[in-house]
Amino acid sequence: MALLSKKDANLILDPLADNNPITIQVLGICSALAITAELKASVVMAISVIFVMGIGNVVISLMRNIMPSKIRIIVQLVVIAALVIVVDQVLKAYAYDLSKTLSVFVGLIITNCIIMGRFEAFALGNGIWRSFLDGIGNALGYGVILIMVGFFRELLGSGTLFGIPVLGDPIAKTGLYSIGYENNGFMIIPPAALIVVGVIIWVQRSRNRALIEEA
Amino acid sequence: MEHVELFFKSIFIDNMVFAVFLGMCSYLAVSKKVSTAVGLGAAVIFVLGVTVPLNWLLDQYLLQDGALAWLGPEYADYNLSFLSFILFIATIATMVQLVEIVVEKFSPALYNSLGIFLPLIAVNCAILGGSLFMQAREIPSFALALNYGISSGIGWFLAILAIAAIREKIRYSNVPAPLRGLGITFIITGLMGIGFQSFGGMLTGDNEPPEGTVPTTAEKAIEEKEIKKEIEEDEKAVSYNDVINE
Repeated sequence: MALLSKKDANLILDPLADNNPITIQVLGICSALAITAELKASVVMAISVIFVMGIGNVVISLMRNIMPSKIRIIVQLVVIAALVIVVDQVLKAYAYDLSKTLSVFVGLIITNCIIMGRFEAFALGNGIWRSFLDGIGNALGYGVILIMVGFFRELLGSGTLFGIPVLGDPIAKTGLYSIGYENNGFMIIPPAALIVVGVIIWVQRSRNRALIEEA
Repeated sequence: MEHVELFFKSIFIDNMVFAVFLGMCSYLAVSKKVSTAVGLGAAVIFVLGVTVPLNWLLDQYLLQDGALAWLGPEYADYNLSFLSFILFIATIATMVQLVEIVVEKFSPALYNSLGIFLPLIAVNCAILGGSLFMQAREIPSFALALNYGISSGIGWFLAILAIAAIREKIRYSNVPAPLRGLGITFIITGLMGIGFQSFGGMLTGDNEPPEGTVPTTAEKAIEEKEIKKEIEEDEKAVSYNDVINE
């Protein structure tokens, strides 16, 4: 860690676990849930958010001293929207099918509360390098949860990972299916994502009692 | 008729919270008390009802492929749809600001009950989501866009009202400590979402299945196989009967 001081490293590592944007800060849940039925979509979404947050945090941090605070929300929205348009156009050009699957959820990165939340809470008060690390760290924390949810939903719901069958063939009854295993179609429907995230929160808070909320 | 259909479809089947998870952040953050939930819900209905038709106009006369044709034939080739994100969010942010100023000026009572939620709403995914879905589903007329905005707002209102009422009651229950607060809210929302899935059978009119229920190719293959099997069995049964009869 010659590159990063301990304080800077924490900016990246904290959001991965004990200060996770989804399970602890409760930010950016909207887009996290709808697109996690497949692992591939989750990974692409995570990468898009990492890109938008890393660059967005730097831009806001650069502008923090010249931006009148009254119109900062609109300025932030425009910065994010411009970055999201770039992501959307790249996806449409190089991964058209995937951009169809993600449909409006790429656009909804704009109103992803993680991004606005970190702009307000961090980038407005910190330098460029630290803002960049904070952006990457929080986006990674978001991505980790997204990929976890996507992994379980695709594995249990369709028996595949990245579209490749891993549990055998459900029609020819090979692999696990030969002993009577069935795909759980329940995992594919949207509300299952909420339950999976609920269970992740449960596991995380049982492991770290300090995170338990006062009811 | 199509108005009634769209109205119920956007409230129950394509419910903003339970079917597409829009506006989850404020849904989770502001659902601790019924009274605040009602305030935020009313504000969402109002803002969606204003911004969706407005963005419909923008989409129709500015953004769509060939939408600029009304300026003259030389503009008919332009497709500005890549600008929709930035224009939609700008419309929403300015509308919210405008509404806040107008309401504060003319109805202080309404401002006191609704005002504090308005800035929150500019970044509520349900609002931008409403406009983006309006664009993606190609809603054909201004009146339908208005209908869509208001009815999806009502759907969101119902959802936050329900979860706020449940959360007020759940304080008296003995929830496992690590699940308290956020965890149990997620799971309850999931269960409510499963409940709302049953409205999928309510689709009227055209036989288009609701999103997410389209059978996968694997399922289709299994179904076809079963049908074939049944047909074969039927054939066998017939021949068996024929043999007996003979």
